Amino acid sequence: MRLPAPTNPLLTSSATELAELIRNGEVSAREVTEAHLDRIAEVDEQVLAFLSVDADRAKQTADRVDAKRRNGEQLGPLAGVPLALKDIFTYQGMPTTCGSRILAGWHPPYDSTVTRRLLDADIVILGKTNMDEFAMGSSTENSGYQTTHNPLDLDRIPGGSGGGSAAALAAYQAPLAMGTDTGGSIRQPASVTGTVGIKPTYGGTSRYGVVAMASSLDTPGPCARSVLDAAVLHEVIGGWDPMDSTSINEPVPAVVAAARSGEIKGLRVGVVTELGGEGYQSGVLARYQAALRALQEQGAELTEVSCPHFDYALGAYYLIMPSEVSSNLARFDAMRYGLRIGDDGTHSAEEVTNLTRGEGFGAEVKRRIIIGTYALSSGYYDAYYGSAQKVRTLIKRDFDRAFAKLDVLVSPSSPTTAWRIGERADDPLAMYKADLCTIPANMAGNCAGSFPIGNSSDDGMPVGFQVMAPAMADDRLYRVGAALERTGLRYSGGEDAFR
Amino acid sequence: MSEEIMDYAEAMASFDPVLGLEVHVELNTATKMFCGCVNQFGSAPNSNTCPVCLGLPGALPAVNAKAIESAIRIGLALNCEISGWCRFARKNYFYPDMTKNFQTSQYDEPIAFDGYVELEVEGEPFRIPIERAHMEEDAGKLVHVGGATGRIQGADYSLVDYNRAGTPLIEIVTKPVYGTGAKAPQVAKAYVAFLRDMLRDLGVSDVRMEQGSLRCDANVSLMPKGASELGIRSETKNVNSLRSIEQALNYEIRRQAAILASGGKVKQETRHWHEEGYTSPGRSKETAEDYRYFPEPDLVPIAPSREWVDELRATIPSPPDVRRQELQARWGFSELELRDAVNAGALGVIEATVAQGCPPQAARKWWLTELARRANEAHLELDELPITPAQVAELQQLVQAGTINDTIARKVIDAVLAGEGDPAQLVETRQLATVSDDDALSDAVERAIAQNADAAQKIRDGKVQAVGALIGAVMRESKGKADAAKVRELIMARLG
Repeated sequence: MRLPAPTNPLLTSSATELAELIRNGEVSAREVTEAHLDRIAEVDEQVLAFLSVDADRAKQTADRVDAKRRNGEQLGPLAGVPLALKDIFTYQGMPTTCGSRILAGWHPPYDSTVTRRLLDADIVILGKTNMDEFAMGSSTENSGYQTTHNPLDLDRIPGGSGGGSAAALAAYQAPLAMGTDTGGSIRQPASVTGTVGIKPTYGGTSRYGVVAMASSLDTPGPCARSVLDAAVLHEVIGGWDPMDSTSINEPVPAVVAAARSGEIKGLRVGVVTELGGEGYQSGVLARYQAALRALQEQGAELTEVSCPHFDYALGAYYLIMPSEVSSNLARFDAMRYGLRIGDDGTHSAEEVTNLTRGEGFGAEVKRRIIIGTYALSSGYYDAYYGSAQKVRTLIKRDFDRAFAKLDVLVSPSSPTTAWRIGERADDPLAMYKADLCTIPANMAGNCAGSFPIGNSSDDGMPVGFQVMAPAMADDRLYRVGAALERTGLRYSGGEDAFR
Repeated sequence: MSEEIMDYAEAMASFDPVLGLEVHVELNTATKMFCGCVNQFGSAPNSNTCPVCLGLPGALPAVNAKAIESAIRIGLALNCEISGWCRFARKNYFYPDMTKNFQTSQYDEPIAFDGYVELEVEGEPFRIPIERAHMEEDAGKLVHVGGATGRIQGADYSLVDYNRAGTPLIEIVTKPVYGTGAKAPQVAKAYVAFLRDMLRDLGVSDVRMEQGSLRCDANVSLMPKGASELGIRSETKNVNSLRSIEQALNYEIRRQAAILASGGKVKQETRHWHEEGYTSPGRSKETAEDYRYFPEPDLVPIAPSREWVDELRATIPSPPDVRRQELQARWGFSELELRDAVNAGALGVIEATVAQGCPPQAARKWWLTELARRANEAHLELDELPITPAQVAELQQLVQAGTINDTIARKVIDAVLAGEGDPAQLVETRQLATVSDDDALSDAVERAIAQNADAAQKIRDGKVQAVGALIGAVMRESKGKADAAKVRELIMARLG
């Protein structure tokens, strides 16, 4: 089965193009929104990218944008452009499930800061996208509701946890999407769908209203089919938020200017030796080498650089992240919201909590809660959580040392292309390895992005190129991404691409 | 109910008590610890809540800077070191009054540590070493409905009020306090009274024990005389009045002494204090919960600058003992008068009454006699009585002006305590003003003489002490409102 190619040119236009058409009155926001709602109606039965769609509200927002334009009001850079919101962001009036049964039916009474900024920018939120439960997974197979399919090959996974957002972009259901990245949940889905996904600097985007997985790692970020679209969205959602103590009180780096420039002459690029080689799909490595050459041809200076502690990043990540998970997910106790099992007058409050958590959480979530509870237990804390924090410091030092001489570091985004649905479902370790390249940036808190660099020769699936930059130097990601895009490396979904 | 206990003096002959006191103070900041909700006692249930203090998915804490300031000032007043860099941690456990099922609390990096408090009990000085003062948030409040005790056992159902969730708390923990001997319970009481006065002087808390804004957990263990190894302690929870602290520790010492003297072993456990005068076991600490503390990733570290701490240092009032000397001098109290006032916990109310224009000795007299008696009967602290210093000052003014006498004043006090109004207004509406009108009194005196012919004759014969009977008769007739001095004068003028 293959996805029908989009026939309406409004679907294949970029977000910035659509915004300009709407601003100039060449097309109404209503038309743009309806085109995307129609596309969702047409293909989402196959893709399953969305958990919920609010067509009425989307059209109302679009109508407001059109009214503003008619009244001669100034429209923002993305006014009237549709967006797919990962179901981890709270949004009043729509359910927020985080892909979990335990939050079934919860309608949050407040908007996340990101949601607020999207609405203030007159962006049209189409609906909430599928994800691995509480963002734990690399395929959306851990969703408590449905598995999203990769639009480029419906038998394959769209990556995760933000597979719904990435698939919505790749299937032309939305030109913009929001994700969150804790260990690669924006970049790996971008990589396997051939789209652009950015994990901003930790603290560069607000976590307020983002259902927490691992607080010290979670980072909201923009997803799009083009580098410039991602940059414009980044500017809309980024910047200081007093509601998030860990947010950085500095201006958003000049990401849009960087995306427009794409100038990399003299840029010092470090090729990380630990990320690549053995265990990586040969088609991925081939595309990666080709992309490196493309950068070199545009004047970038390539150097190999070793970051020895990156080898321990995955292990340390799987101690720190579950530790925070075990604490963050304790609040789902059936007392105040969401699922409640066994409240029939025969069970105590504690039993209701246990029954609800037993039924409401999936296997991967339980696995991480158990690992994290263990890692924080008295007598084990130093050996597990404590040691992992030391590794984290060493990873930061690897980055610091490298960035003392280099402007950006690069690697493949993920060791493989999209695998087939079900292929790794029973092998958590194989699943975890999909994040091998992306985790170091989360551990250090700096920024990183994944950019499409064409398809692998062995399976024809997209390959992603990861760029990592120092904290608050997010503009460098876009500069490199735009340089790659200029050589023709961009999202290539279309008539021939869908399989 | 109660267990075997030993005579206190006997217990003291064999054992030395070691104290450990944990005091929780609710700060009176305008807003809660981590959100913008109003920090207020007594609002409608769950009205002062928001996504943050309800722990809704996605909500994040942001530290209240005023709470940090209060914590530092408390630390300074306790002669503590102030940390240059510290963090919050998460204390993980499940309970329905916890919205996140972890408490955001400082753990091994307190904002203030290594201090001391100096106080006196019956002229003997004691130094209480302070281990730390740290910041944390309060939990919500469970109300158990049905059942006899108001406890969860036997209740039909429970309600949760999250108004208190996220209220800023400071926990002040002593190091083990040795060498208090038989005075241990009094030292503990004096220590908490000292903290209460100090916190009130700092203006950081309402320090109302009955409302839970000052709560004490009292630990005590016994060492055989001459031993150096600490005994096993019990922890008596939420002892919510000064009197109870003293009584609970007295009871625990006697209970533990009885166990140890009979060769038994004290169980390390949490105990509950009952106002009937005994403690009972609560949750056993042998299966101590593992709280899985780890640094709170949602908050950045707190690093108060030296300059700020020094600025705050300049705002710390004199310690209560220094203040006492100042007040004694200002009020002209004797040593004994001051000590009585201190022991009764009356300094604050006397000061507030004097501030309302009442002469110090009169303020002392009202609070330490009439009001102290009523507080005692009601098991309340003086400042918990439903009468304000302003009302006491008003009462004194009425007495001083001769509008009412002491007998009527006592009635007025009762009426004020019953919530019936202010003194002046009560005197006015109930026509309690002293009758000193000559005509009215003269008539009453005539009637008294006529009805007490014997007494009248005795006075005429020069036995002046018989005048009391006539005065009494007049007072009875006037229902106590007559000015006794005036009555005497009239009788003597008529018969003398």
